Amino acid sequence: MTMDCAENRLLASRRALLLGGASFAAWAYLPKFARATDGRDPRLIVVILRGALDGLATVAPVGDPDYAGLHGSIALTRDGEHPALMLDSFFALHPSMPEFGRMYRDKHAAVIHAVSTPYRDRSHFDGQDVLESGYAGPGRVQSGWLNRALEALPRGERVSSGLAVGPTTPLVLRGTAPTVGWAPVALPQADDDTAMRLVDLYRHRDPALASVLSQGLQLEKAASGDDMKPKPGNAVAQMRLVAKGAAKLMAADDGPRIAALAFDGWDTHANEGGPVGRLAFLLGGLDGALAEFESGLGDRWRDTAVLVATEFGRTARINGTDGTDHGTGTIALLAGGAVKGGRVISDWPGLKLASLYEGRDLKPTTDLRAVIKGVLQDQFGLSDRVLAETVFPDSASAKPMKGLVA
Amino acid sequence: MARDSQAALVALNRFGLGARGGASGDFMNAASDPRGFVKAELSRPNGVLLEAPGLQSTPQLGQAVFEYQAQVKAAREAAAKVGTPGESKPEAKPGEGPPQVQGAPTPADRKSGARRNLSLNAVAMDIAGEKPEMKPSDAAAKPTDAMQPSAATPPAAKPAPQPLNVIQKTFRAEALARLQRATLADCGFTERLVAFWSNHFCISAAKGELARIWAGSFEREAIRPHVLGRFADILKAVEQHPAMLFFLDNQQSLGPDSRAGQNRKRGLNENLAREIMELHTLGVNGGYTQEDVTSLARIITGWTFAGRQGRLGEPGNFVFNANAHQPGPQVLLGKTYDAAGLAQGEAALADIARHPSTANFIATKFVRHFVADDPPPALVARLRDVFTRTDGDLKALATALVDSNEAWTAPLTKMRSPYEFLVASGRLLARVPEDPGQYLGSLNLLGQPLWSPAGPNGFPDTNAAWAAPEGMKLRLDIAVQIGSRLGNNIDPLDLLEFAAADAASTETRRTIERAESRQQALALLLMSPELQRR
Repeated sequence: MTMDCAENRLLASRRALLLGGASFAAWAYLPKFARATDGRDPRLIVVILRGALDGLATVAPVGDPDYAGLHGSIALTRDGEHPALMLDSFFALHPSMPEFGRMYRDKHAAVIHAVSTPYRDRSHFDGQDVLESGYAGPGRVQSGWLNRALEALPRGERVSSGLAVGPTTPLVLRGTAPTVGWAPVALPQADDDTAMRLVDLYRHRDPALASVLSQGLQLEKAASGDDMKPKPGNAVAQMRLVAKGAAKLMAADDGPRIAALAFDGWDTHANEGGPVGRLAFLLGGLDGALAEFESGLGDRWRDTAVLVATEFGRTARINGTDGTDHGTGTIALLAGGAVKGGRVISDWPGLKLASLYEGRDLKPTTDLRAVIKGVLQDQFGLSDRVLAETVFPDSASAKPMKGLVA
Repeated sequence: MARDSQAALVALNRFGLGARGGASGDFMNAASDPRGFVKAELSRPNGVLLEAPGLQSTPQLGQAVFEYQAQVKAAREAAAKVGTPGESKPEAKPGEGPPQVQGAPTPADRKSGARRNLSLNAVAMDIAGEKPEMKPSDAAAKPTDAMQPSAATPPAAKPAPQPLNVIQKTFRAEALARLQRATLADCGFTERLVAFWSNHFCISAAKGELARIWAGSFEREAIRPHVLGRFADILKAVEQHPAMLFFLDNQQSLGPDSRAGQNRKRGLNENLAREIMELHTLGVNGGYTQEDVTSLARIITGWTFAGRQGRLGEPGNFVFNANAHQPGPQVLLGKTYDAAGLAQGEAALADIARHPSTANFIATKFVRHFVADDPPPALVARLRDVFTRTDGDLKALATALVDSNEAWTAPLTKMRSPYEFLVASGRLLARVPEDPGQYLGSLNLLGQPLWSPAGPNGFPDTNAAWAAPEGMKLRLDIAVQIGSRLGNNIDPLDLLEFAAADAASTETRRTIERAESRQQALALLLMSPELQRR
């Protein structure tokens, strides 16, 4: 399908909606892939952590004899005032993530360690480009793997829309498949008549603006329930608020099945902190967001998988300013009722100097694409071929990881 | 010269900040000599400098922060002594606590939720020149304000607002000076150049108190004097400015073998060195390695600013701290830098400034900003050659852009950024801002908080970033607010003449004519493609 066709189809439906005053529900089509056979109605939420999360500080290999020395003053410990939560005999979870820890104990959360995308350099922006585009290198393409996965889903009148959470659409969800956007703000609404006139003007003079404005208008209405009034709060509260709104949209019978959102601020060059401090603060926010997804999705949580990923990791050794610099291997997190959890999945490379990537970083032993492909396959039934050629081009070597979803 | 309306639109929108309303005659002037209209600002001596009463130098502002922090500390200690909680709840020190996390919401972001309605009304009032009904919010207000209920609560229910501290006052004064200059400029081309370079070499005011108070002086001191000067000079000025050294942690970086490094068991921080090469000069594929990053990090150890005690120099000044500098020669990009001390880094920066990758990176980004998301390769190549031939003469670069044909023939497809949208609206409505708070609130809302991008790569510069569903919806809401405040007093068709004259599309003209009220017509005009695209 060309871009033009997609645009026209969307415009037609959105315009009809504006005129008819219908709600979000009417055009966020039900996905055809809702499985009639087993009654499952799978949902997927992708959370991008921008800035390169320190995987060794989030899920610490406390059983590795070299970990404590490398991570120095910010290393997590089994005991002390803020003990890490032991996930098994080797890995421990950061103490500011009790909700994830609970989900892990309930076998609805999993960790994949020593993962990375194929990107091996250290630029955030290129690293995010690879993470979100799904291409093997930074190619500056304007579409993301999640959008192409959407496109690969069965078509017909019930193609699903992806939900982009936040004021801009993250690259992972950009592309030709229809997406809708929403961000948690509430303003005096422009009245429908003014909005309709403007959409009409754009439709004649600037179709691209017509499309984005229509999306913005519809989403605002769908999400502005009583409990979504803007609230003050810090980064932690903001993360929760965003997750709460997204969960509300996705919980609806006719809501989007797939969403992507991004949290900033993980570039911990200095004063990263250990069990408490700067990173702990952010991880608490992420933990809260996962809890909001769980409670907001209600019964839908059963069929939901949340994937948390970051562009790359950070150096194994702390730097001169109690932080960490740009590294390679890190973690991916899975949470949700659909996840076969209670496991840390890792081909652990070890932290001996000789085992580190370029003598600096946790060596990646798992391709993040294999993790994502496994989730996409289990949740939505995408074929090996589509995953290897369309969703993640040239990724045949990264076979879908089996059994991540129950 | 014949009157050329389409070229006038290019001159005003692509290069400038939009036509001013009232009796400016901007559109007619631009139509009669489009290139001359744009270039006129380039030849004005010192025209880019910004001096306004009350704006202070970086060292003065640094000392003001140090004094303020000392007062807060004293008040806290006094309160602790009498066993009561401190009355003035200080903000966390830079790098000390979670609120200062880079990229995390600033106090202003945190409060923006509660203030959204207020700031939206306020921006309209500001453009209308009316008094807001309560103390305006701004990007520097106390986080405690965030605990107030939303704008639905009557103003009377609010406690008296706290007086602004010196950091908040300074941020507002700097913002106001910039906004007024942008609103009053003839074409706005040099203000656009300032914004471009300021975003290229960005710092974030969200980093902490020093960054917030220095955000304006950084731009005035390190960016403006060099926007029509040489790239090597702007590079040196930026990387030696205390605001940049603070923002990218270089004041914490110690050479491992330096005297301070050996004594204190702290060491190298690569942050500034990496961003110099990746974001400021060579670009990510510019041909450097991790070794080069580490090497440059060592080369610029000791680049710092004097702290409150002034042991190294006058507090708040850039200083070279030989005690923190990694001794010995360093190899960078295949060349050995022997020079000792400060000269080592200055020599390295001078070479990086004239590296071919730098010329390419800058030319590409420059054309992308002014012409198209996919920059025409021939134009990029020409500007790259100009950059190389003139040894990074930025005035020659800007002139070559204006002289090119591509810049005048490429369709106006770029979205105005939120800042450009708000300033262009104020210009068209002929309202000189008297209070920056409303603009600052709206910029927060639209995702472009002034001087506070989420990362060191600055705000994005593509349509994908600004033509987003939520962003367009919010722009419409703001336009509607402005329309409802001001629509009674203006003739929207007059404004359309000022903004686009006969370059306006039939559809836009008809949409405005057919609006059911003047208020609605003004909102639609502000949102029209002629006002949104550049």
